[in-house]
Amino acid sequence: MPSVVDVSRAELFKLVRRPAAWTLLAAAALLSQVFGYLIPYLSFAGDGSGPIEGASKQAILASTLPDQIVASTLGGFPVFAGALALVFGALVLGSEYGWGTVKTVLTQRPGRTTVLAGQAVALGASVAVGVLVLFVLGAVSSTAIALGQGESTAFPSVLDLLGGYGAGVAIMLMWAGLGGMLGVVLRGVALPIGLGVVWVLGVENLIAGVASSVLTALRPLRDVMPGINAGSLASAVMPTRPPGLESPPGVNSDVADGRALLTVACYVVVCLAVALWTYRRRDVA
Amino acid sequence: MTAETVVEIRDLTKRYDTVTAVDQVSLSVRRGEVYGFLGPNGAGKTTTLRMLLGLIRPTSGSLTVLGRQPGEAGVLARIGSMIEGPAFYPFLSGRANLEVVARYAGTGSARIDETLETVDLTSRGGDRFSTYSLGMKQRLGVAAALLKDPDLVVLDEPTNGLDPAGMRDMRALIRRLGDSGRTVILSSHMLGEVQQICDRVGVINAGRMVVESTVEELRGDSELVIRATPADVVRATVDQLAYVQSIRTLDDELRLRVDERHTGEVTRALVLAGVDVREVRRVDRQLEDVFFEITAKESSHA
Ligand SMILES: Nc1ncnc2c1ncn2[C@@H]1O[C@H](COP(=O)(O)OP(=O)(O)O)[C@@H](O)[C@H]1O
Ligand SMILES: [Mg+2]
Repeated sequence: MPSVVDVSRAELFKLVRRPAAWTLLAAAALLSQVFGYLIPYLSFAGDGSGPIEGASKQAILASTLPDQIVASTLGGFPVFAGALALVFGALVLGSEYGWGTVKTVLTQRPGRTTVLAGQAVALGASVAVGVLVLFVLGAVSSTAIALGQGESTAFPSVLDLLGGYGAGVAIMLMWAGLGGMLGVVLRGVALPIGLGVVWVLGVENLIAGVASSVLTALRPLRDVMPGINAGSLASAVMPTRPPGLESPPGVNSDVADGRALLTVACYVVVCLAVALWTYRRRDVA
Repeated sequence: MTAETVVEIRDLTKRYDTVTAVDQVSLSVRRGEVYGFLGPNGAGKTTTLRMLLGLIRPTSGSLTVLGRQPGEAGVLARIGSMIEGPAFYPFLSGRANLEVVARYAGTGSARIDETLETVDLTSRGGDRFSTYSLGMKQRLGVAAALLKDPDLVVLDEPTNGLDPAGMRDMRALIRRLGDSGRTVILSSHMLGEVQQICDRVGVINAGRMVVESTVEELRGDSELVIRATPADVVRATVDQLAYVQSIRTLDDELRLRVDERHTGEVTRALVLAGVDVREVRRVDRQLEDVFFEITAKESSHA
């Protein structure tokens, strides 16, 4: 009788052969490198005062060095990596409806709970690998810059690295989980992606902006929203920034560290529960 | 439920908001037979088969497969199926798709080569599913259904969209499955197809079971089609022939139920009446005709 592990291995077999999965990883890697390293490095190396206002060239260089790897990598999560993870989750779980393969899978042997759990494990494992890839690329780029500029190649402590990686995985799991849950509930890919991206890139920023300025009554709402909590969790594990540099966009300290982690974890659990509940009881037509 | 009954369906009903897709259907399938589930589009065939596999829940009624409830892991392990067309991953090759199915089925990859061979896809097994023709996709669907070496094979309109050669091959394949001792349920909207392949047949129309019988009983006689002018003289002529059992008009044709041995006499009568005979031929009765008669009979009983 195939177990959750067998199902997740079947899912990973599919995923590594799926061009869209590699495209998303490539996009995340490219954006992460461009915003985390290429643009700061060019601002440092170029003439003029550079695009990052108020920060000295030395501070800009410092932000690309190995000891800032957690900030450089997680800095992109609120802006683009979260949206990409949401798309990934919707693709992994929602595509099955478009292709009609839900019925192919559910007429084999494992029950629905096993199938969905296996798919969730595969989704989580790929997200963990994806975040690892971003960190490794960051390590390579930052070391190259440090060597080129004769700066320190020291990395943060193992504990800080693990904390940063763990927070990154948690944030991406939340977004992938939201995408996957929407994929199951809405039985497709297009609508979850559309709604999710509008939410991540639009609605959240709008509510956050309004809540911090004109309408402070909205703060309780703001403080339970996924993007805000992801930003707070990211800032919790980031090292002190070089003087004069602001936090990356979307990284905030609106929510206390422990609460942010708890909220993100709750989103993962709730997404799983909702997806499972829907998947188990609905007709496959 | 005897040991010889593989599928037992009693008063099965599936209601959607506005339509009753399946309405108190009862049927039984015996071990080792090829059972034809026959009905026009929208009759409720796919809905019934989905319930058989546990994909959708019945509104009411009972259903046992291999002695157990549909959708249980132990039952699914013994059923190979293709419901409403083949559904696979477009970015994977045919072989890789079977690999995925084998992992889900827990069968290991040992039978992949054999099933590809059975459906004649060995040479194209490495190509992406998205590049397959419809016929190849259907065949891959059958291969996937056979991976488990199943006791019961459920195929929902497997010849849909195939060209005549593809249909012939598919029918031969299904017949071989039946001959190898498996129980096969084949749904179709083509009487001719069911006639060729099946041992027994259940006819469904508008969600209701119309009749369940052997193919011979259902088929009855063939008809004699006549196209000739002028129509009134033709009609008057055949009306006088005592051995003609029934006459009906279909577009510009007359269709007679008449024994094959009288064909020559009918033609002679027409020629002697001086009509222009353009066509005289025998056709097997079509599903529509069978339905027409059975439903007409039913409503006259009511
Ligand atoms: N999910 C659904 N929601 C509403 N109506 C449905 C659904 N599935 C099937 N039907 C309806 O049920 C009837 C039977 O459909 P189906 O079982 O697919 O017929 P067949 O396979 O014999 O062509 C049709 O009228 C169809 O429109
Ligand atoms: Mg159908």
